[in-house]
Parts: sequence; C-alpha cells; structure tokens
Amino acid sequence: MTQLDSVMAKVRAENRAALIAYIPAGFPSQEGCAKAIQALAAAGVDAIEIGFPYSDPVMDGPVIQEAAEISLKGGTNAADVFAALKVATDTGVAAVVMTYWNPIERYGVNEFAQSIANNGGSGVITPDLTIEESDRWLAATSKTGINPIYVVAPSTNDARLADVTAKTGGFVYAASLMGVTGTRTSVSTDASNLVSRVRTVTDLPISVGLGVSTREQAKSLAAYADGVIVGSAFIKLLLEAKTEQEGLDAISHLAKELALGVREGR
Amino acid sequence: MSSPGHFGEYGGRFVPEALIGALNELEIAHNTAQKDPEFLAELAELHRTYTGRPSIITEAKRFSEHAGGARIFLKREDLNHTGSHKINNVLGQALLTKRMGKKRIIAETGAGQHGVASATAAALMGLDCVVYMGEEDTHRQALNVARMKLLGAEVVPVTSGSRTLKDAINEAMRDWVTNVADTHYLLGTVAGPHPFPTMVRDFHKIIGEEAREQMLALTGRLPDAILACVGGGSNAIGIFNAFIPDSDVRLIGLEAGGDGVETGRHAATITGGTPGVLHGTRSYVLQDANGQTIESHSISAGLDYPGVGPEHAYLHDIGRAEYRAINDDAAMAAFSLLSRTEGIIPAIETAHALAGAILVGKELGPTANLLINLSGRGDKDVQTAAEYFGIPL
Repeated sequence: MTQLDSVMAKVRAENRAALIAYIPAGFPSQEGCAKAIQALAAAGVDAIEIGFPYSDPVMDGPVIQEAAEISLKGGTNAADVFAALKVATDTGVAAVVMTYWNPIERYGVNEFAQSIANNGGSGVITPDLTIEESDRWLAATSKTGINPIYVVAPSTNDARLADVTAKTGGFVYAASLMGVTGTRTSVSTDASNLVSRVRTVTDLPISVGLGVSTREQAKSLAAYADGVIVGSAFIKLLLEAKTEQEGLDAISHLAKELALGVREGR
Repeated sequence: MSSPGHFGEYGGRFVPEALIGALNELEIAHNTAQKDPEFLAELAELHRTYTGRPSIITEAKRFSEHAGGARIFLKREDLNHTGSHKINNVLGQALLTKRMGKKRIIAETGAGQHGVASATAAALMGLDCVVYMGEEDTHRQALNVARMKLLGAEVVPVTSGSRTLKDAINEAMRDWVTNVADTHYLLGTVAGPHPFPTMVRDFHKIIGEEAREQMLALTGRLPDAILACVGGGSNAIGIFNAFIPDSDVRLIGLEAGGDGVETGRHAATITGGTPGVLHGTRSYVLQDANGQTIESHSISAGLDYPGVGPEHAYLHDIGRAEYRAINDDAAMAAFSLLSRTEGIIPAIETAHALAGAILVGKELGPTANLLINLSGRGDKDVQTAAEYFGIPL
C-alpha cells in the first residue's frame, strides 16, 4: 500500500475529493520548484505530481509547454526530478511523477521505478504508455511496490476501460475532455459521463484532470470524483508573476481556494 | 514482425489513450480496404488518371560516368502529380478518410511536399485541410506554402521547439487529440503509432512493385542495389518493400549527414541515434542521456527529422538494409551533377540518394546496376539551391 493509496482512502473516509497539484521539476527554477512544492503542501493539497519536462510534450497545451521549455533550458534532468519528488514526500503529502515514456526507457525501466520508491514516491503517471506496451513497466512497478497510474479518455470504450483500469494502481486518471492540458472556462459534461463509466468497471479511486482552475470547478467535480487534478492554473500564475514571492503567494492562495472546493462538493 | 504493428522490438503504439479509438478505427478501415476490390480499383484508377502512374524509369547515362561507370536507373517519382512520391500515400489515406465518414484532414509537413499532396487530395475530394509546418520550414519552402494556400488549405506555422518537422508533428498530434471525432491525421511518413508505419508502406509499395517489373524488362535481371534517401523513410520503404525477399539485392538508405555526423549537427537517425520512443513509435531517435530529443540539422527540410520509421530500424538491426549518412555538401554536389548531366533537377532530399549512388557506383564498378528512387523534383528547392551556389535571385 503506497502513501497515495492511504491518502485516497482517507479522503474517501472524509467524504470528499483529494486535491492533486501538478508542477514540472525545475520550474520556475530548481529552488523555485522546491519552494512551490512546499507552498502547495502547506496550503492543503493532498498529493503532488512532479512533471518530468520533455522536449516533445504532445499531450500538453501552451502553458505546460512553456514551463517545460523553461525547465529544460535550466538543464533539468532525471536527478532533479527525483530531488523534487523527495522535496514533496518530505512535506508529508503523497507524491508521484508524471512523465512521457521515453525518459523512463532511457533511464532504465527498473532503475526508474526503483528511484521513485527510493525517494518516497507513490507511483508514476504515464500518459503515452499504452497497456499493450506495458509489460516491462508493470513488472518493475510491481517489484518496487509503486502505483502504475494510467490515463483514460472520454473516447475510451467500456471494454478498454476495464482492461486499462485492471492494470492501474493508486487512482485512475480520467481526462475530462478530448484535448491537451490547459485551463478551460468550463469542464465538459464528458467528465461526469466518463467517471460513471469507470465506476462500473473498477473500485479504484478516480481523479479528474484537464481544464480545472477554479474553486467552483473543483466543487462541481468533487461531487462525483475522488480526486481533482490542477496543473496549468498553477503554472500560469507562476509564469505571470513579477517576482518569485508573488508567484508563490498566488499559487498558495489558489491552492487554499481549491482545497475548500474539494470539500464542498457533496 | 513479432506481432501486428511491431517490427521486432520496434513500432507499437505510444500515444494518449484518447487516440486509441481512432487508431483502431483506422486500422480496421485500412485492413478492410486492402481486401476490398472496389477500394483497390478506385485507388488504381486515381493513380492511372490523376497521379500519372506507373512512373517511368530513366537511365542516367551521363551521370553514371561520375559514378564509377555503374548503370544508374532513376525511378521517376518526381514526375507524379504534385512532384513527389508523397501523393501515393495521400490519395490512399484520403479515400480512407471518406470511408470513415470524416470531413477534415490535418497533416504535418517539412519540405512541404506532403503538405502540398495533402492539400491536393483535400481539394480533389472536398475535404477541409489544415497543414502544420515549422516556422523555419515555411521560410525555407515558401513556394510550397503558397501552393498549399492556392489549393485551399490552411497553413499553420509552428513556433514551438526547433520550429521544424518534429514540432509540426507535435502540433498536429495536439490538434488530433482535440478533434479526433471528425478529423483524420494524414501522417506523411512510415513513422508514428500503428497502423501508420504499415499503412503508409502499403500505399507506397507500388513504387518497388512497378520498378521490379520494369528493371526485369529493361535489364533482364534484378538490380544490384537500390538506393533511397531516408528522413522518416516513406519513399525508401516504398521502393525497398518489393525487393526485401530478394536477398541478393542490396538495400541502401541515405540519411542526412548535415554538417557531418561527427559534428552532432545532422539528421542521420540510424547512423547517429539510439533506440527510443518518439511520436508514438519505438525506433531510433536522436536523443540525449535523459531521453530528450536532440534537434536535427539538414539543408533538406524533408529529411530534417530526429526520428525514423520503425521498419527501417528493424531492417537495419537484422542486417537486411544498410544506412549511410550523406553530408549537406555531398548532397548539393549531387544535386548540381544530376541537373547538369541529365537535365533533371532533383529535390534536395533525393540528392542524398544520388550522392550515395556516386559512392556505391564507384565501389561496385561498371558491371553494377543501381536503382535510385528519384523521390521528388527540385522546383521547391530553387531558392535554397540558388543561395547555396551563390546564384543571385
């Protein structure tokens, strides 16, 4: 049982949704990232996803692309990702890494899973790893006791939802809409339909991501989802801030608002 | 192939779950069409009356004097409508798009040849067409940008990353994830997630099938070597495929060596890369120690790509095909030589294969017959070539 499993069980017992924040390692800088992680944890997020910045982020919209580019220009590598993961787990929140597949394969599949476990991480979200290509990865996550977290989409049919969730641990990542990451003014009705369909095939917790940026959105998602994932909204605040402190204050404020939102849904 | 969509350890699908449904739909549509006499007849008729197939073979006798005296035969894909081999794949996929009931196609383009072919097929079949093109390439290939617009397509300059083909593919994939319900991604090479490498090969294999018969009729035997340039690798797979069982026929892919593989400024993915995953498939990739893609460099926009089709990776590893790098300067020398000895201005992409033929011709000598895929014509490259050779415009 990972710390993420415990957190998801705890919020279920509290009859609320978990607030899950995403931030790329090395953004806005190595030190700035550590401070942002600590600010998010202090503001009440339940879990943190550390992004592994990647040169070809086909699932990401302009905001996360820009953050990844800044991070990579700063020289962020795998060691920095694990260091950021450690900063997160040291604050007491559950933490996972979210990464495209190639950096894992390049690092070494077993070695990557082991480094996640060694730094207190609970699992890894792999948005472009299909279950058909997952044999080596599932062997590695099983051996190291971390959660392999898969993403499902509104276009995933029921039979495949059963296949994908059968391989998933921690929570099922439900993409709220067909598209890339980024804030949206409304979270589509696809999200509730998808969550209902996932419920029929698994008892795993279900977290919804893509497009969430406000307390109201968090509240409406928390009515039916077990976790609410917010990424681009935090990154946008850090990108727009004139000083580092202003950025940290802004994400802290938003995290507190969202933490209220995930408690108001039911 | 170990399983459908795989070539040994290469190929497969590394994509967001959101695209799986569309890839399955496409795979079924393609497999069904390949067995449907009506589809095959419709495509064959288009090739006869629109593309201009079969493409002819030209023997390059004067060029051959500079290539060790070996007999050099050019498979003239440059004479196809729109000026390159790309039309073969585009017409096939556009017909599939209609069969799937989709109204909009998107495409990536480097040199602009695939974009022009896509815009052409969209105009012919009444489909909406958006072409993503790296901003850098829109400057290098301004003529093709204008052609696409004249054909009614929207051209979107991509300003992220290296602003070349790799980033155009990223942007096309983002569009596809968002609009997959009514949009077909008309990928232009034998890369990307399954079924693209197999499907695009199936639409280009006609090149080698025609050439094999033509060479037997012309020379009474199979050629000693087949040469083709390799970026993503679609024209090369197209001409190689029919000859793969002929183990005495050497298959030689010429990659873009840029300033030289040793300088790190190149696009020779098999020669200078390592196995990895890029754009939905496992193959050779130009990447650093952290798995980040390294920007490629080539004078040829169409070869300027840090990945390569997975079947090429497989053919390389099992030793069936060989891959060599041709530097910018050698390619441009061959570009000039073919223009001056045969009156054929090749695409700069294709010039890499011609430079390879000069080397291989000298190695094999006058008894050898070499077949080269003349994959595209060079009209689009006149500006680049004029700048390179110092011809005032």
